[in-house]
Amino acid sequence: MAFEKIRNLLGRKKSLPGGLWMKCPDCIGMIYRKEMEERKLVCPACNYHFTMTPQERIHLLLDEESFTRMWSNLEPVDALNFEGVTSYKQKLEAAQKETGERDAVWAGVGRLEGRPLVFGLTDSRFMMGSMGSVVGETIARAFEFATERRLPVVFVSGSGGGARMYEGALSLMQMAKSSATIARFQEAGGLYISVLTNPTMAGVMASFAALGDVLVAEPKALIGFTGPRVIEQTIRQELPKGFQTSEFLLEHGFVDLIVERPKLRREVARLIEYLT
Amino acid sequence: MGDAKADPRDFEKPILEIEQRIADLESFQRKASVDVSAEIAKLHEECDQRMREIYSQLTAWQRVQLARDPNRPGSLDYIGMIFEDFLELHGDKAYGDDKAIVTGLCRIGGRRILLVAQRKGKTTKERMACNFGSPHPEGYRKALEKMKLAEKFGLPVVTLVNTPGAYPGIGAEERGQAVIIARNILEMSRLRAPILSVVIGEGGSGGALAICVADRLCILENAYFSVISPEGCASILWRDSGKASVAAELLKLSPHDLLDLGIVDEVIPEPLGGAHRNPQRMGEILKAKLIEQLDQIDRVPIDRLVERRYRKYRQIGRYQEIELAKLAPTQA
Ligand SMILES: [Zn+2]
Repeated sequence: MAFEKIRNLLGRKKSLPGGLWMKCPDCIGMIYRKEMEERKLVCPACNYHFTMTPQERIHLLLDEESFTRMWSNLEPVDALNFEGVTSYKQKLEAAQKETGERDAVWAGVGRLEGRPLVFGLTDSRFMMGSMGSVVGETIARAFEFATERRLPVVFVSGSGGGARMYEGALSLMQMAKSSATIARFQEAGGLYISVLTNPTMAGVMASFAALGDVLVAEPKALIGFTGPRVIEQTIRQELPKGFQTSEFLLEHGFVDLIVERPKLRREVARLIEYLT
Repeated sequence: MGDAKADPRDFEKPILEIEQRIADLESFQRKASVDVSAEIAKLHEECDQRMREIYSQLTAWQRVQLARDPNRPGSLDYIGMIFEDFLELHGDKAYGDDKAIVTGLCRIGGRRILLVAQRKGKTTKERMACNFGSPHPEGYRKALEKMKLAEKFGLPVVTLVNTPGAYPGIGAEERGQAVIIARNILEMSRLRAPILSVVIGEGGSGGALAICVADRLCILENAYFSVISPEGCASILWRDSGKASVAAELLKLSPHDLLDLGIVDEVIPEPLGGAHRNPQRMGEILKAKLIEQLDQIDRVPIDRLVERRYRKYRQIGRYQEIELAKLAPTQA
């Protein structure tokens, strides 16, 4: 679980706020809103990649009007009867109201430069993109579907929350479920391109997000296993600058390439051209 | 509950008091040559009775305390007690040899197996060397490396889980903790060898799952398996790790809750008063259970076993499926 810091890093919770100007949470600079939209929500001053909504992400990566959503009829349940300061039910209701979604996952079929594929994403605005039973089940169905239809999969992760605490060990087991279906898909020759965005942590990074045949990261994303604050508390020292960023993972050999958002669609398409 | 200052082991006090009285009487009997054996027997009976009462209604948090008890038998104790002719195999052939995971060949009930066991250590020095049972990526890679060996040479795999979680540190992240754990989970889901896992103490999150994607997952009666530590959960919910006892209840991390949720396949009973009170007996119980379980999974043809394992994990989860007819199609 990696909740700390991420709230700040998310910067933008919903879609862009109204007004002509918006503030970059990384360099604190003010950016002209229209310019920001043209630049695919990347800060011109510091290259910070703002969080995209699922719609914005689909628009960025897939051909116009090509996406058909599937399995959106899965509804989370409070299997543990989890009552905290706020209960799981309340948490879900709040997230559902804020996003208009049932849970943190989207998946379906679409086209990328004309090529059909299965596309999915986790929405970091919905309980920090954490994986409970609905996310795990949707991913499993998406990979099974892709195996049957012999389609490549592009999945964009944005999950600071890892495995969702409120579903206890059921969430933990979604790591095994999603990984097991990916194993079968890859054994059948399927191509899975995993795109890591800010943030992708803990149980999500320690399962489906890390299992792509190719791992692509957006610049400056927070990616890792344990959240930075927990590590700091454990080792009682400050973390080096750039720790657990995309660039850090590239340097240590754990992602294949970093791609800036304006080039992301073309680069993913190139990968598919080469590998299918 | 929820009081950080209260000793979480208070529940054992009545037992410890009776045990003290027994010890006193025994020493009196020796010194004074007076026969008080009838009284001692009565106290033993009383002690057992109290233990049965207390241990039948432990809270989740109390069980977590037992799972973490330093006197609880650990992997090396079990290697001494139940696994014969142990031949340790070190190293991940890539980076190093993590002492928090022990791997090797051994025999149990006449069967050759590969053992993968998380290790916390007993002495301070050992504990430091094992990072208190928190493995690094090289530990998980070592485990996978040896499981591949078992797969190739047709040996069943037994794993013993006992970790508060994968190590949270700079080196662990530099060496790809998340990626390595993901790889283990994926490979275990399709490993062409029977896999039997037992949570013998702490089953801490992804760091535990990375060695227990199994045909059978068992858990000792006073162990736990959780997505997050009770302290971590309490910090998130209340910004107060002192509320860990409440969090432990919420997380449903105790063996029988896990059984109800379909996470574990069987709960293995411990000797009266917990494994730490009678490690020898615990070893006997565990050995019998391992042999029984191995007999069951080792005779299933491997294709069927792997398919069954896949089905098992494929169906875990709780959600509702809303009728499609009630949904308007969504396009983006
Ligand atoms: Zn900026």
